[in-house]
Amino acid sequence: MKKVTIGQIAQECGFSVLAGEDALEREADRVFCCDLLSFVMGRAPAGSAWVTVMGNVNAIAVAVLADTACLVLAENAALDDQARMRADSQGVPVLGSALPVFDAGLCIQRLLERE
Amino acid sequence: MSQTISFHYDVPGDDFTRAGEASSSVKKALKQVGLAPEIIRNVAIAMYEGEINMVIHAGGGQIDVEIGPDAVRMVLKDQGPGIKDISLAMQEGWSTAPDDVRSLGFGAGMGLPNMKKYTDEMDVESTVGVGTTVTMTVRTHPREEAGA
Repeated sequence: MKKVTIGQIAQECGFSVLAGEDALEREADRVFCCDLLSFVMGRAPAGSAWVTVMGNVNAIAVAVLADTACLVLAENAALDDQARMRADSQGVPVLGSALPVFDAGLCIQRLLERE
Repeated sequence: MSQTISFHYDVPGDDFTRAGEASSSVKKALKQVGLAPEIIRNVAIAMYEGEINMVIHAGGGQIDVEIGPDAVRMVLKDQGPGIKDISLAMQEGWSTAPDDVRSLGFGAGMGLPNMKKYTDEMDVESTVGVGTTVTMTVRTHPREEAGA
């Protein structure tokens, strides 16, 4: 399965790194887009790049427990301070983008197809 | 692994920011034990959903986890309002969560269904006005090995 590192995603798609800088070497092998945390818990594949607008501390907890490779906040959605601290301490890379959810996910998908 | 490792957690009520601490702690312990990532993920998801349910509906509760040689067993007990109709609560999409909980991204009626989906055995006992106890088991070996 094709994989890209979170650092590559940030660089190639022009996403900013909002938290979890120490974990940018982690690899993602697919994209998952959803905002409803209850759905994400049950359906996000482990190792996926999860694109959402939910930047609260619960989103970080879901990323940790569902074992997603990173969290990408689309639409310039805010990452609150508590979430940032949790992401740093748990080693969850969080990227930020002005793109809408679909376009942010599409950029990652194109990278995966290119690799 | 032949020994059983036990953990006890008190889940505080009405504090969404702390929900997930118990699950994260168990997840770490399971990694140290060396269980397969898929098993660890199943336990973590099921337990986190249980924690969230306790915070949303029951004002907190207690969780006991036993990591045994063949399975991880979780007992989640609360003294909340209880569940009137368990079979309804088990249906995807059925929820009694308030709007403020929904705005956080929860309350989609996926909690109990997700817990069932990610565990091998799940039992819900509930008495209205008394509380709810959910017992979940995730086997750490394939079924045929466990029975062999």
